[in-house]
Amino acid sequence: MTHFVKKALADIRLNRFLNLITIITISLSILVVSVFLLFFENASRVIESWNQGGRAMIYLKSDFSLDMLPDLKAKINALGDIDDMVFISKTQAIDKLKKEMSSRTTFLETLNENPLPDALEIRIKTYNSFEEVQKFAQSIKKIEIVEEVEYGQGWLGKFLKIFNLFKITGYGMCTLFFLIALFITANTVRLAFYSRKIEVEVMRLVGATETFIKAPFYVEGLLQGFFGGILGLMVLLITYLSVSSGIDQSLASYIYFDIRFLSLKIILLIIFGSTFLGWFGCYLSLKQILK
Amino acid sequence: MTMDVNNFEDMNDTNNKNLTIRLFNVNKRYGGKFALKGINLDIEQGEFIFISGPSGAGKSTLLKVLYLAEKVSEGQILIEGMNLARISSSKLPFLRRRFGMVFQDFKLIPNRTVYENVALVLEAAGAKSSFVKKKVMQVLRTVGMDKKFKALPPTLSGGEQQRVAVARAVVGDPSIILADEPTGSLDSKSAQLILDFLMEYHKKGATVLIASHNLHLLQSTVRGRNVEISEGTINRTATML
Repeated sequence: MTHFVKKALADIRLNRFLNLITIITISLSILVVSVFLLFFENASRVIESWNQGGRAMIYLKSDFSLDMLPDLKAKINALGDIDDMVFISKTQAIDKLKKEMSSRTTFLETLNENPLPDALEIRIKTYNSFEEVQKFAQSIKKIEIVEEVEYGQGWLGKFLKIFNLFKITGYGMCTLFFLIALFITANTVRLAFYSRKIEVEVMRLVGATETFIKAPFYVEGLLQGFFGGILGLMVLLITYLSVSSGIDQSLASYIYFDIRFLSLKIILLIIFGSTFLGWFGCYLSLKQILK
Repeated sequence: MTMDVNNFEDMNDTNNKNLTIRLFNVNKRYGGKFALKGINLDIEQGEFIFISGPSGAGKSTLLKVLYLAEKVSEGQILIEGMNLARISSSKLPFLRRRFGMVFQDFKLIPNRTVYENVALVLEAAGAKSSFVKKKVMQVLRTVGMDKKFKALPPTLSGGEQQRVAVARAVVGDPSIILADEPTGSLDSKSAQLILDFLMEYHKKGATVLIASHNLHLLQSTVRGRNVEISEGTINRTATML
Protein backbone atom coordinates (compact mmCIF):
# COMPACT_ATOMS: atom_id res chain seq x y z
CA MET A 1 0.00 0.00 0.00
CA THR A 2 2.85 2.38 0.87
CA HIS A 3 4.26 1.70 -2.58
CA PHE A 4 0.98 2.70 -4.25
CA VAL A 5 0.62 5.86 -2.14
CA LYS A 6 4.21 6.88 -2.91
CA LYS A 7 3.64 6.20 -6.59
CA ALA A 8 0.36 8.14 -6.60
CA LEU A 9 2.04 11.10 -4.86
CA ALA A 10 4.88 10.97 -7.39
CA ASP A 11 2.35 10.96 -10.22
CA ILE A 12 0.49 13.89 -8.68
CA ARG A 13 3.81 15.78 -8.49
CA LEU A 14 4.54 14.84 -12.08
CA ASN A 15 1.16 16.06 -13.34
CA ARG A 16 0.89 18.96 -10.89
CA PHE A 17 -1.20 21.27 -13.01
CA LEU A 18 -3.75 18.64 -14.06
CA ASN A 19 -4.14 17.41 -10.51
CA LEU A 20 -4.42 20.93 -9.14
CA ILE A 21 -7.24 21.70 -11.57
CA THR A 22 -9.05 18.53 -10.53
CA ILE A 23 -8.63 19.24 -6.82
CA ILE A 24 -9.89 22.81 -7.32
CA THR A 25 -12.89 21.54 -9.31
CA ILE A 26 -13.74 19.01 -6.63
CA SER A 27 -13.30 21.65 -3.93
CA LEU A 28 -15.64 24.04 -5.77
CA SER A 29 -18.28 21.33 -6.04
CA ILE A 30 -17.82 20.47 -2.39
CA LEU A 31 -18.05 24.16 -1.55
CA VAL A 32 -21.41 24.49 -3.33
CA VAL A 33 -22.76 21.36 -1.63
CA SER A 34 -21.41 22.50 1.75
CA VAL A 35 -22.96 25.96 1.40
CA PHE A 36 -26.34 24.34 0.84
CA LEU A 37 -25.83 21.97 3.74
CA LEU A 38 -24.74 24.85 5.98
CA PHE A 39 -27.81 26.80 5.00
CA PHE A 40 -30.17 23.85 5.49
CA GLU A 41 -28.67 22.90 8.83
CA ASN A 42 -28.97 26.43 10.19
CA ALA A 43 -32.35 27.15 8.60
CA SER A 44 -33.77 23.92 10.02
CA ARG A 45 -32.51 24.81 13.45
CA VAL A 46 -33.91 28.33 13.23
CA ILE A 47 -37.28 27.00 12.08
CA GLU A 48 -37.32 24.53 14.95
CA SER A 49 -36.47 27.30 17.38
CA TRP A 50 -39.25 29.46 15.96
CA ASN A 51 -41.54 26.56 16.51
CA GLN A 52 -40.32 26.61 20.12
CA GLY A 53 -39.22 23.08 20.22
CA GLY A 54 -42.30 21.09 19.31
CA ARG A 55 -44.78 23.31 21.05
CA ALA A 56 -48.48 23.25 20.19
CA MET A 57 -51.58 24.97 21.60
CA ILE A 58 -54.79 22.95 21.72
CA TYR A 59 -57.86 25.18 21.78
CA LEU A 60 -60.96 23.51 23.17
CA LYS A 61 -64.61 23.87 22.22
CA SER A 62 -66.87 26.12 24.29
CA ASP A 63 -68.75 23.15 25.76
CA PHE A 64 -65.57 21.92 27.44
CA SER A 65 -65.79 21.48 31.20
CA LEU A 66 -63.02 20.75 33.70
CA ASP A 67 -64.29 17.25 34.44
CA MET A 68 -63.42 16.32 30.85
CA LEU A 69 -59.77 17.29 31.42
CA PRO A 70 -58.38 13.95 32.78
CA ASP A 71 -59.98 12.04 29.92
CA LEU A 72 -58.68 14.55 27.36
CA LYS A 73 -55.14 14.43 28.81
CA ALA A 74 -55.20 10.65 28.66
CA LYS A 75 -56.32 10.72 25.02
CA ILE A 76 -53.54 13.18 24.07
CA ASN A 77 -50.91 11.21 26.01
CA ALA A 78 -51.97 8.10 24.19
CA LEU A 79 -51.27 9.76 20.85
CA GLY A 80 -47.59 10.47 21.50
CA ASP A 81 -44.74 11.19 23.83
CA ILE A 82 -45.65 14.44 25.62
CA ASP A 83 -42.98 16.22 27.58
CA ASP A 84 -45.17 18.82 29.20
CA MET A 85 -48.92 19.53 29.26
CA VAL A 86 -50.36 22.66 30.89
CA PHE A 87 -54.03 23.52 31.04
CA ILE A 88 -54.78 27.20 30.55
CA SER A 89 -58.35 28.05 31.37
CA LYS A 90 -59.99 30.87 29.46
CA THR A 91 -60.00 32.93 32.67
CA GLN A 92 -56.25 32.47 33.09
CA ALA A 93 -55.76 33.33 29.45
CA ILE A 94 -57.71 36.58 29.56
CA ASP A 95 -56.02 37.60 32.83
CA LYS A 96 -52.62 37.00 31.29
CA LEU A 97 -53.58 38.92 28.18
CA LYS A 98 -54.95 41.82 30.22
CA LYS A 99 -51.74 41.94 32.20
CA GLU A 100 -49.59 41.95 29.09
CA MET A 101 -51.72 44.55 27.27
CA SER A 102 -52.50 46.80 30.20
CA SER A 103 -49.95 49.44 29.32
CA ARG A 104 -51.05 49.61 25.68
CA THR A 105 -54.85 49.45 25.69
CA THR A 106 -57.84 49.33 27.97
CA PHE A 107 -59.97 47.61 25.34
CA LEU A 108 -59.88 44.26 27.14
CA GLU A 109 -61.27 45.87 30.31
CA THR A 110 -64.44 46.80 28.42
CA LEU A 111 -65.26 43.25 27.37
CA ASN A 112 -68.42 41.80 28.91
CA GLU A 113 -67.71 38.28 27.88
CA ASN A 114 -64.44 36.32 27.72
CA PRO A 115 -63.88 35.52 24.00
CA LEU A 116 -60.92 33.25 24.65
CA PRO A 117 -61.26 29.44 24.70
CA ASP A 118 -59.88 27.00 27.23
CA ALA A 119 -56.58 25.62 26.04
CA LEU A 120 -53.89 23.06 26.61
CA GLU A 121 -50.27 23.89 25.90
CA ILE A 122 -48.22 20.83 25.07
CA ARG A 123 -44.59 20.15 24.23
CA ILE A 124 -43.74 17.04 22.31
CA LYS A 125 -40.86 15.14 23.83
CA THR A 126 -39.20 13.54 20.82
CA TYR A 127 -39.69 15.13 17.46
CA ASN A 128 -37.26 15.63 14.59
CA SER A 129 -39.06 17.96 12.29
CA PHE A 130 -41.88 20.37 11.83
CA GLU A 131 -43.64 17.67 9.83
CA GLU A 132 -43.76 15.46 12.91
CA VAL A 133 -45.36 18.22 14.96
CA GLN A 134 -47.81 18.78 12.12
CA LYS A 135 -48.73 15.10 11.98
CA PHE A 136 -49.16 14.92 15.72
CA ALA A 137 -51.31 18.06 15.75
CA GLN A 138 -53.57 16.63 13.08
CA SER A 139 -54.20 13.52 15.14
CA ILE A 140 -55.04 15.67 18.20
CA LYS A 141 -57.49 17.66 16.12
CA LYS A 142 -59.53 14.52 15.57
CA ILE A 143 -60.45 14.42 19.28
CA GLU A 144 -64.04 15.58 19.52
CA ILE A 145 -63.68 18.33 22.13
CA VAL A 146 -60.74 19.94 20.32
CA GLU A 147 -61.63 23.02 18.32
CA GLU A 148 -58.28 23.94 16.86
CA VAL A 149 -54.60 23.06 17.16
CA GLU A 150 -52.11 25.85 16.64
CA TYR A 151 -48.51 24.86 15.95
CA GLY A 152 -47.33 27.60 13.64
CA GLN A 153 -48.98 26.14 10.59
CA GLY A 154 -49.84 29.58 9.26
CA TRP A 155 -46.86 31.65 8.15
CA LEU A 156 -44.35 29.03 9.33
CA GLY A 157 -46.07 26.42 7.20
CA LYS A 158 -45.92 28.72 4.18
CA PHE A 159 -42.30 29.52 4.90
CA LEU A 160 -41.58 25.81 5.12
CA LYS A 161 -43.11 25.22 1.71
CA ILE A 162 -40.71 27.78 0.23
CA PHE A 163 -37.90 26.29 2.27
CA ASN A 164 -38.67 22.82 0.95
CA LEU A 165 -38.77 24.14 -2.61
CA PHE A 166 -35.35 25.67 -1.98
CA LYS A 167 -34.22 22.34 -0.59
CA ILE A 168 -35.22 20.54 -3.80
CA THR A 169 -33.34 23.17 -5.83
CA GLY A 170 -30.39 22.59 -3.52
CA TYR A 171 -30.48 18.86 -4.11
CA GLY A 172 -30.62 19.49 -7.84
CA MET A 173 -27.65 21.85 -7.72
CA CYS A 174 -25.68 19.43 -5.54
CA THR A 175 -26.35 16.58 -7.98
CA LEU A 176 -25.33 18.77 -10.90
CA PHE A 177 -22.07 19.81 -9.25
CA PHE A 178 -21.40 16.23 -8.18
CA LEU A 179 -21.78 15.10 -11.80
CA ILE A 180 -19.52 17.92 -13.03
CA ALA A 181 -16.84 17.00 -10.47
CA LEU A 182 -17.23 13.33 -11.37
CA PHE A 183 -16.87 14.08 -15.07
CA ILE A 184 -13.74 16.17 -14.51
CA THR A 185 -12.18 13.60 -12.15
CA ALA A 186 -12.87 10.82 -14.64
CA ASN A 187 -11.29 12.88 -17.41
CA THR A 188 -8.22 13.69 -15.33
CA VAL A 189 -7.71 9.99 -14.68
CA ARG A 190 -8.21 9.31 -18.38
CA LEU A 191 -5.58 11.93 -19.29
CA ALA A 192 -3.23 10.60 -16.61
CA PHE A 193 -3.74 7.10 -17.98
CA TYR A 194 -3.00 8.11 -21.55
CA SER A 195 0.06 10.09 -20.46
CA ARG A 196 1.29 6.89 -18.82
CA LYS A 197 0.30 4.55 -21.61
CA ILE A 198 3.88 3.39 -22.21
CA GLU A 199 4.30 2.79 -18.51
CA VAL A 200 1.13 0.72 -18.36
CA GLU A 201 2.19 -1.27 -21.42
CA VAL A 202 5.64 -1.96 -19.93
CA MET A 203 4.08 -2.89 -16.59
CA ARG A 204 1.91 -5.47 -18.31
CA LEU A 205 4.83 -6.88 -20.27
CA VAL A 206 6.98 -7.34 -17.17
CA GLY A 207 4.23 -9.22 -15.35
CA ALA A 208 2.35 -6.61 -13.35
CA THR A 209 -1.18 -7.62 -12.38
CA GLU A 210 -4.14 -5.41 -13.23
CA THR A 211 -4.48 -4.54 -9.54
CA PHE A 212 -0.85 -3.37 -9.46
CA ILE A 213 -1.45 -1.24 -12.55
CA LYS A 214 -4.76 0.24 -11.42
CA ALA A 215 -4.00 0.81 -7.73
CA PRO A 216 -1.93 4.02 -8.15
CA PHE A 217 -4.73 5.53 -10.26
CA TYR A 218 -7.28 4.70 -7.58
CA VAL A 219 -5.05 6.11 -4.83
CA GLU A 220 -4.58 9.23 -6.96
CA GLY A 221 -8.37 9.56 -7.34
CA LEU A 222 -8.90 9.06 -3.62
CA LEU A 223 -6.25 11.67 -2.77
CA GLN A 224 -7.72 14.14 -5.25
CA GLY A 225 -11.17 13.65 -3.74
CA PHE A 226 -9.87 13.88 -0.17
CA PHE A 227 -7.83 17.04 -0.73
CA GLY A 228 -10.63 18.56 -2.81
CA GLY A 229 -13.03 17.99 0.08
CA ILE A 230 -10.63 19.45 2.65
CA LEU A 231 -9.94 22.49 0.45
CA GLY A 232 -13.66 23.11 -0.16
CA LEU A 233 -14.43 22.89 3.55
CA MET A 234 -11.53 25.17 4.42
CA VAL A 235 -12.79 27.84 2.03
CA LEU A 236 -16.25 27.46 3.55
CA LEU A 237 -14.87 27.72 7.09
CA ILE A 238 -12.89 30.87 6.29
CA THR A 239 -15.93 32.43 4.61
CA TYR A 240 -18.15 31.36 7.50
CA LEU A 241 -15.82 32.87 10.12
CA SER A 242 -15.59 36.18 8.32
CA VAL A 243 -19.31 36.44 7.51
CA SER A 244 -21.06 34.85 10.50
CA SER A 245 -19.90 37.39 13.11
CA GLY A 246 -21.39 40.22 11.01
CA ILE A 247 -24.73 38.43 10.63
CA ASP A 248 -24.83 37.60 14.34
CA GLN A 249 -24.33 41.22 15.32
CA SER A 250 -26.84 42.68 12.87
CA LEU A 251 -29.62 40.17 13.40
CA ALA A 252 -29.21 39.08 16.99
CA SER A 253 -31.12 42.10 18.27
CA TYR A 254 -34.17 41.30 16.09
CA ILE A 255 -34.58 37.56 16.10
CA TYR A 256 -33.07 34.38 17.45
CA PHE A 257 -30.42 33.65 14.86
CA ASP A 258 -27.56 31.44 15.94
CA ILE A 259 -25.50 30.46 12.88
CA ARG A 260 -23.34 27.43 13.48
CA PHE A 261 -20.76 25.76 11.26
CA LEU A 262 -21.43 22.27 9.93
CA SER A 263 -21.53 19.52 12.53
CA LEU A 264 -18.62 17.08 12.75
CA LYS A 265 -20.87 14.35 11.38
CA ILE A 266 -21.65 16.40 8.26
CA ILE A 267 -17.98 17.42 7.86
CA LEU A 268 -16.91 13.77 7.94
CA LEU A 269 -19.72 12.88 5.56
CA ILE A 270 -18.59 15.58 3.10
CA ILE A 271 -14.96 14.40 3.24
CA PHE A 272 -16.07 10.82 2.76
CA GLY A 273 -18.32 11.91 -0.13
CA SER A 274 -15.57 13.83 -1.91
CA THR A 275 -13.10 10.96 -1.43
CA PHE A 276 -15.69 8.59 -2.85
CA LEU A 277 -16.18 11.01 -5.74
CA GLY A 278 -12.47 10.79 -6.57
CA TRP A 279 -12.55 7.01 -6.40
CA PHE A 280 -15.74 6.72 -8.42
CA GLY A 281 -14.41 9.03 -11.17
CA CYS A 282 -11.34 6.84 -11.38
CA TYR A 283 -13.44 3.66 -11.42
CA LEU A 284 -15.63 4.90 -14.28
CA SER A 285 -12.66 6.05 -16.29
CA LEU A 286 -10.60 2.88 -15.87
CA LYS A 287 -13.61 0.71 -16.54
CA GLN A 288 -14.10 2.47 -19.84
CA ILE A 289 -10.41 2.52 -20.82
CA LEU A 290 -9.57 -1.05 -19.83
CA LYS A 291 -12.70 -2.77 -21.08
CA MET B 1 11.31 -34.07 -34.52
CA THR B 2 7.80 -35.19 -35.40
CA MET B 3 4.91 -34.39 -33.16
CA ASP B 4 1.39 -35.61 -32.75
CA VAL B 5 -1.26 -33.15 -31.62
CA ASN B 6 -2.44 -35.74 -29.09
CA ASN B 7 0.86 -35.88 -27.21
CA PHE B 8 1.68 -32.22 -27.78
CA GLU B 9 1.24 -31.31 -24.15
CA ASP B 10 3.33 -34.19 -22.88
CA MET B 11 6.63 -32.49 -22.23
CA ASN B 12 7.76 -35.03 -19.70
CA ASP B 13 8.04 -38.15 -21.80
CA THR B 14 11.46 -39.72 -22.25
CA ASN B 15 12.20 -37.94 -25.51
CA ASN B 16 11.22 -34.46 -24.36
CA LYS B 17 12.46 -34.52 -20.76
CA ASN B 18 14.07 -31.10 -20.66
CA LEU B 19 11.77 -29.14 -22.93
CA THR B 20 10.94 -25.65 -21.77
CA ILE B 21 9.28 -24.24 -24.90
CA ARG B 22 7.32 -26.12 -27.55
CA LEU B 23 5.62 -24.60 -30.58
CA PHE B 24 3.26 -26.78 -32.58
CA ASN B 25 2.04 -25.78 -36.06
CA VAL B 26 2.00 -22.12 -35.09
CA ASN B 27 0.57 -19.67 -37.58
CA LYS B 28 0.28 -15.95 -37.11
CA ARG B 29 -1.59 -13.90 -39.66
CA TYR B 30 -2.02 -10.16 -39.96
CA GLY B 31 -5.01 -9.80 -42.23
CA GLY B 32 -4.43 -12.42 -44.88
CA LYS B 33 -0.64 -12.30 -44.68
CA PHE B 34 1.31 -14.90 -42.73
CA ALA B 35 3.90 -13.52 -40.30
CA LEU B 36 4.54 -17.05 -39.02
CA LYS B 37 3.61 -20.19 -40.90
CA GLY B 38 3.66 -23.76 -39.62
CA ILE B 39 6.25 -23.19 -36.92
CA ASN B 40 7.23 -26.35 -35.05
CA LEU B 41 10.01 -25.84 -32.57
CA ASP B 42 11.17 -27.50 -29.36
CA ILE B 43 13.57 -25.66 -27.09
CA GLU B 44 15.27 -27.42 -24.23
CA GLN B 45 15.87 -25.91 -20.86
CA GLY B 46 19.15 -23.95 -20.75
CA GLU B 47 19.53 -23.74 -24.52
CA PHE B 48 20.97 -20.68 -26.26
CA ILE B 49 18.91 -20.08 -29.38
CA PHE B 50 19.59 -17.58 -32.12
CA ILE B 51 16.66 -16.70 -34.26
CA SER B 52 18.15 -15.28 -37.39
CA GLY B 53 16.79 -14.06 -40.66
CA PRO B 54 16.33 -10.90 -42.68
CA SER B 55 14.13 -7.98 -41.58
CA GLY B 56 10.46 -8.90 -41.76
CA ALA B 57 11.19 -12.62 -41.58
CA GLY B 58 9.05 -13.03 -38.44
CA LYS B 59 11.76 -13.10 -35.73
CA SER B 60 10.11 -10.47 -33.52
CA THR B 61 6.66 -11.99 -34.07
CA LEU B 62 8.00 -15.35 -32.93
CA LEU B 63 9.19 -13.81 -29.67
CA LYS B 64 5.95 -11.85 -29.29
CA VAL B 65 3.76 -14.96 -29.49
CA LEU B 66 5.90 -16.55 -26.78
CA TYR B 67 5.21 -13.84 -24.18
CA LEU B 68 1.67 -13.36 -25.47
CA ALA B 69 2.09 -9.82 -26.71
CA GLU B 70 0.44 -11.35 -29.79
CA LYS B 71 -1.92 -14.32 -29.95
CA VAL B 72 -1.33 -17.06 -32.45
CA SER B 73 -3.86 -17.46 -35.25
CA GLU B 74 -3.52 -21.25 -35.27
CA GLY B 75 -1.41 -23.80 -33.45
CA GLN B 76 -0.35 -24.17 -29.86
CA ILE B 77 2.49 -23.12 -27.61
CA LEU B 78 3.66 -24.67 -24.37
CA ILE B 79 5.87 -22.75 -21.98
CA GLU B 80 7.22 -24.74 -19.04
CA GLY B 81 4.19 -26.99 -19.22
CA MET B 82 1.62 -24.21 -19.58
CA ASN B 83 -0.51 -24.16 -22.71
CA LEU B 84 -0.72 -20.49 -23.73
CA ALA B 85 -4.11 -21.04 -25.35
CA ARG B 86 -5.54 -21.89 -21.93
CA ILE B 87 -3.92 -19.10 -19.95
CA SER B 88 -6.50 -16.82 -18.38
CA SER B 89 -5.89 -13.08 -18.31
CA SER B 90 -5.45 -13.24 -14.54
CA LYS B 91 -2.65 -15.81 -14.89
CA LEU B 92 -0.88 -13.99 -17.74
CA PRO B 93 1.21 -11.71 -15.44
CA PHE B 94 2.57 -14.78 -13.64
CA LEU B 95 3.59 -16.34 -16.96
CA ARG B 96 5.34 -13.14 -18.02
CA ARG B 97 7.33 -13.08 -14.79
CA ARG B 98 9.09 -16.21 -16.02
CA PHE B 99 10.44 -14.18 -18.94
CA GLY B 100 13.06 -11.50 -19.05
CA MET B 101 12.50 -9.44 -22.14
CA VAL B 102 14.75 -7.09 -24.04
CA PHE B 103 12.70 -5.18 -26.55
CA GLN B 104 13.91 -3.89 -29.87
CA ASP B 105 12.77 -0.37 -28.98
CA PHE B 106 13.91 -0.81 -25.34
CA LYS B 107 10.49 0.13 -23.93
CA LEU B 108 11.95 2.17 -21.11
CA ILE B 109 9.55 4.49 -19.31
CA PRO B 110 10.83 7.95 -20.23
CA ASN B 111 9.78 9.80 -17.09
CA ARG B 112 11.05 7.15 -14.65
CA THR B 113 14.65 6.96 -13.60
CA VAL B 114 16.97 4.13 -14.58
CA TYR B 115 16.53 2.69 -11.09
CA GLU B 116 12.72 2.89 -11.26
CA ASN B 117 12.63 1.28 -14.69
CA VAL B 118 14.61 -1.73 -13.49
CA ALA B 119 12.90 -1.90 -10.10
CA LEU B 120 9.47 -2.12 -11.75
CA VAL B 121 9.91 -5.83 -12.49
CA LEU B 122 10.55 -6.70 -8.86
CA GLU B 123 7.91 -4.32 -7.53
CA ALA B 124 5.34 -5.86 -9.87
CA ALA B 125 6.26 -9.27 -8.47
CA GLY B 126 5.66 -7.94 -4.95
CA ALA B 127 9.27 -8.00 -3.74
CA LYS B 128 10.21 -6.16 -0.55
CA SER B 129 11.68 -2.71 -1.06
CA SER B 130 14.94 -3.54 0.75
CA PHE B 131 15.46 -6.50 -1.59
CA VAL B 132 14.51 -4.42 -4.62
CA LYS B 133 17.06 -1.74 -3.73
CA LYS B 134 19.87 -4.24 -3.22
CA LYS B 135 19.11 -6.34 -6.28
CA VAL B 136 18.56 -3.43 -8.70
CA MET B 137 21.81 -1.72 -7.72
CA GLN B 138 23.64 -5.02 -8.04
CA VAL B 139 22.37 -5.61 -11.58
CA LEU B 140 22.98 -1.99 -12.59
CA ARG B 141 26.55 -2.34 -11.34
CA THR B 142 27.00 -5.43 -13.52
CA VAL B 143 25.90 -3.60 -16.67
CA GLY B 144 27.87 -0.51 -15.67
CA MET B 145 24.87 1.74 -15.14
CA ASP B 146 24.96 2.08 -11.35
CA LYS B 147 26.37 5.59 -11.48
CA LYS B 148 23.50 6.74 -13.66
CA PHE B 149 20.72 5.17 -11.63
CA LYS B 150 19.00 8.54 -11.18
CA ALA B 151 19.13 9.45 -14.87
CA LEU B 152 16.06 9.50 -17.06
CA PRO B 153 16.22 7.27 -20.18
CA PRO B 154 15.96 10.09 -22.75
CA THR B 155 19.20 11.57 -21.36
CA LEU B 156 21.08 8.31 -22.04
CA SER B 157 22.79 7.14 -25.22
CA GLY B 158 21.33 4.23 -27.23
CA GLY B 159 23.91 1.86 -25.81
CA GLU B 160 23.19 2.95 -22.25
CA GLN B 161 19.47 2.55 -22.78
CA GLN B 162 20.08 -0.94 -24.14
CA ARG B 163 22.09 -1.83 -21.02
CA VAL B 164 19.25 -0.60 -18.80
CA ALA B 165 16.82 -2.67 -20.87
CA VAL B 166 19.00 -5.76 -20.38
CA ALA B 167 19.31 -5.04 -16.65
CA ARG B 168 15.52 -4.89 -16.43
CA ALA B 169 15.24 -8.18 -18.31
CA VAL B 170 17.47 -10.09 -15.92
CA VAL B 171 16.75 -8.43 -12.59
CA GLY B 172 13.96 -10.88 -11.79
CA ASP B 173 16.23 -13.92 -12.42
CA PRO B 174 13.91 -15.24 -15.15
CA SER B 175 14.12 -18.79 -16.40
CA ILE B 176 13.73 -17.64 -20.02
CA ILE B 177 15.30 -14.55 -21.56
CA LEU B 178 13.89 -13.23 -24.83
CA ALA B 179 15.95 -10.58 -26.55
CA ASP B 180 14.84 -8.84 -29.71
CA GLU B 181 17.83 -7.34 -31.52
CA PRO B 182 19.69 -6.70 -28.26
CA THR B 183 22.78 -5.51 -30.10
CA GLY B 184 20.98 -3.78 -32.90
CA SER B 185 21.86 -0.18 -32.12
CA LEU B 186 25.17 -0.83 -30.41
CA ASP B 187 28.80 -0.53 -31.42
CA SER B 188 30.75 -3.77 -31.34
CA LYS B 189 32.21 -3.14 -27.86
CA SER B 190 28.80 -2.43 -26.27
CA ALA B 191 27.25 -5.34 -28.18
CA GLN B 192 29.94 -7.63 -26.80
CA LEU B 193 29.23 -6.44 -23.28
CA ILE B 194 25.53 -7.22 -23.66
CA LEU B 195 26.22 -10.67 -25.13
CA ASP B 196 28.67 -11.49 -22.35
CA PHE B 197 26.07 -10.47 -19.86
CA LEU B 198 23.37 -12.66 -21.44
CA MET B 199 25.86 -15.54 -21.60
CA GLU B 200 26.41 -15.20 -17.87
CA TYR B 201 22.71 -15.77 -17.27
CA HIS B 202 22.73 -18.63 -19.75
CA LYS B 203 25.51 -20.28 -17.73
CA LYS B 204 23.38 -19.88 -14.62
CA GLY B 205 20.77 -22.06 -16.34
CA ALA B 206 18.47 -19.60 -18.13
CA THR B 207 17.13 -20.42 -21.56
CA VAL B 208 18.08 -17.57 -23.89
CA LEU B 209 16.43 -16.72 -27.20
CA ILE B 210 18.00 -13.93 -29.21
CA ALA B 211 16.38 -12.64 -32.36
CA SER B 212 18.94 -10.86 -34.49
CA HIS B 213 19.93 -10.28 -38.07
CA ASN B 214 23.56 -9.87 -36.97
CA LEU B 215 24.40 -13.57 -36.81
CA HIS B 216 28.13 -13.08 -37.40
CA LEU B 217 28.55 -11.17 -34.15
CA LEU B 218 26.60 -13.81 -32.27
CA GLN B 219 28.53 -16.68 -33.84
CA SER B 220 31.84 -15.15 -32.86
CA THR B 221 30.78 -14.96 -29.25
CA VAL B 222 28.51 -17.77 -28.23
CA ARG B 223 27.65 -21.31 -29.03
CA GLY B 224 24.09 -22.41 -29.43
CA ARG B 225 21.43 -23.36 -31.92
CA ASN B 226 20.59 -21.17 -34.85
CA VAL B 227 17.00 -21.16 -36.04
CA GLU B 228 16.86 -19.50 -39.39
CA ILE B 229 13.56 -17.92 -40.34
CA SER B 230 12.51 -16.63 -43.68
CA GLU B 231 9.06 -15.34 -44.64
CA GLY B 232 7.56 -16.70 -41.44
CA THR B 233 8.77 -20.27 -41.78
CA ILE B 234 11.77 -22.06 -40.29
CA ASN B 235 14.26 -22.64 -43.10
CA ARG B 236 16.71 -24.68 -41.08
CA THR B 237 18.04 -25.20 -37.58
CA ALA B 238 21.73 -25.76 -36.98
CA THR B 239 23.94 -26.14 -33.97
CA MET B 240 26.79 -23.65 -33.93
CA LEU B 241 29.95 -24.96 -32.38
